[in-house]
Amino acid sequence: MNNEILYTDTHEWVQFLDETTVRIGLTDFAQSELGDLVFVNLPEEGDELTAGETFADVESVKAVSDVYSPVTGEVSKVNEDLLDHPELINSDPMEAWLIEVENVSDKENMLTEEEYKKLIS
Amino acid sequence: MKLIFEKGSTGRGCDLLPPSDVPVINLEDKFKRQSKLNLPNVSETELSRHYTELMKKTFGVNDGFYPLGSCTMKYNPKINDDMAKLPGFTDIHPLQSEETTQGALEVMALAEEYLCEITGMDNMSFQPAAGAHGEFTGLQLIKAYHEKRGDSKRDKIIVPDSAHGTNPASAAMVGYKVINVPSTNEGYVDVDALRDAVGEDTAGFMLTNPNTLGLFEANILEITNIIHQAGGLNYYDGANLNAIMGIARPGDMGFDVVHLNLHKTFSTPHGGGGPGSGPVGCKLLLSDYLPSPRVIKGAEGSYHLSYDNPDSIGRVKAFYGNFLVVVRALTYILSLGKEGLKHASINAVLNANYMMHQLKDTYHIPFSDHCMHEFIISLEDLKKEKGVSALDVAKAMLDYGMHPPTMYFPLNVPEALMVEPTETESKETLDEAVRVYKKIYEEVTSNPELAHGYPRNTVIGRPDEVGAARNPVLRYVYNK
Repeated sequence: MNNEILYTDTHEWVQFLDETTVRIGLTDFAQSELGDLVFVNLPEEGDELTAGETFADVESVKAVSDVYSPVTGEVSKVNEDLLDHPELINSDPMEAWLIEVENVSDKENMLTEEEYKKLIS
Repeated sequence: MKLIFEKGSTGRGCDLLPPSDVPVINLEDKFKRQSKLNLPNVSETELSRHYTELMKKTFGVNDGFYPLGSCTMKYNPKINDDMAKLPGFTDIHPLQSEETTQGALEVMALAEEYLCEITGMDNMSFQPAAGAHGEFTGLQLIKAYHEKRGDSKRDKIIVPDSAHGTNPASAAMVGYKVINVPSTNEGYVDVDALRDAVGEDTAGFMLTNPNTLGLFEANILEITNIIHQAGGLNYYDGANLNAIMGIARPGDMGFDVVHLNLHKTFSTPHGGGGPGSGPVGCKLLLSDYLPSPRVIKGAEGSYHLSYDNPDSIGRVKAFYGNFLVVVRALTYILSLGKEGLKHASINAVLNANYMMHQLKDTYHIPFSDHCMHEFIISLEDLKKEKGVSALDVAKAMLDYGMHPPTMYFPLNVPEALMVEPTETESKETLDEAVRVYKKIYEEVTSNPELAHGYPRNTVIGRPDEVGAARNPVLRYVYNK
């Protein structure tokens, strides 16, 4: 298990921290399409997530968009800095992770960096 | 510009208010406020100039072309306001006795009758204050219907992706799970996907028609039938009724409940935050659940408020909703008449198609065969090739004294502009708009760098929307 970053076709990035723990964020493409973010709505620690369902939403001056979880598991950490500083997602989307999920029991098919680049080109 | 509180000087004032026409009652000291009210201290000249200055900084239907898609910014006949200003409507109290408010009750009864005729429904409540409030109320009726029948497993509402964004939000607010069904490439509900989505857990289905792509759903009877077969009810989002008044009725298409946006289709000035009116009409099977009270006509020809509605979902708004919007809607209906309403819809559709066909060789129009009352432009290619966004093009229109179309909606079309000219614009106005839209296209493609600088001739340039959303200033602090 390396720390390779995988992607979803709904524009989240996923990093496996170990076999059953992941960190999830929004891709650079997602933030540039959304434009300047003004509000982020995040789940709470302990919330159960289901692969393919929404767990957060992000709001720009254009629109509100859902963020989907590519894994089933339990929220173990929430990046609360984003609540007051949603612009961090715009300035460094790979650094501005949204949540960490542990006890991952199921996951959707994810894309490699190469596949994801193809998708958005 | 300065706020009115920052103008004038202490002790200055004017005598615009009439003397009180009710007895003055002296309250006990404990009920009286201890500090003076912070009222503006301006003379009548300053007051008049203040509001004129504000007026010059706004843009409304009275200033120019306002094709804000999905919002139906048509001209609102002044006779509507004349009627809404009648003292018999403005100088009454909601708790006044029925004998003294027969005229107001008759307005609600007549408006209910006519709007039911227009929508093909049996009863209507005027309590909801706006479209989304109407959706919330209509879904409550559906919920009450299933609960009354002991059918408790129905916990899902099906919503196509071409619906108004408020539809899934309203369903979630009522406590339903939202199931999304995709559109076909042609922009219609995918009937096969819908068939797969229904089941014993289907409480209902919400259709925005014409949908947000400006298209009249192709398979409505089949769609509503699928839902009914599964035991669900059909909800019609009537926000786009301006395209079909007097031509087609939701009630004839298999819908059980519908909301209207009276302030849009039936002509009340809107867009400044209200008041709106989002009445909910329904078929008889849902009438018992409508909000209480309801206006009924007695045998002797007088009107009454009925509070005896044991199955009602209860009140959704204080008293009877935004009554004066109902007065304007009834005035509009009576002024136009049966043929006039139909004519309004025909012209709304004609104007949109005329503009769309004039523009389709210049702009990319994803669904360009025909449209209803509005059409969509996609600037996806322009964004990719030249870096010019829908926002840039919309801002350029301000320089030509036109309100831009709706931007970035619907969500399933990238870089969307949504144009709804409405029926109250002349061919000359549409031709001028077409000329401007083409000219802007030429400007932004030949000089994309300049595109980010629009508008250049307006009172303000591009407001800092991001700053306003991130650090909103929502209250005024007095420093006097």
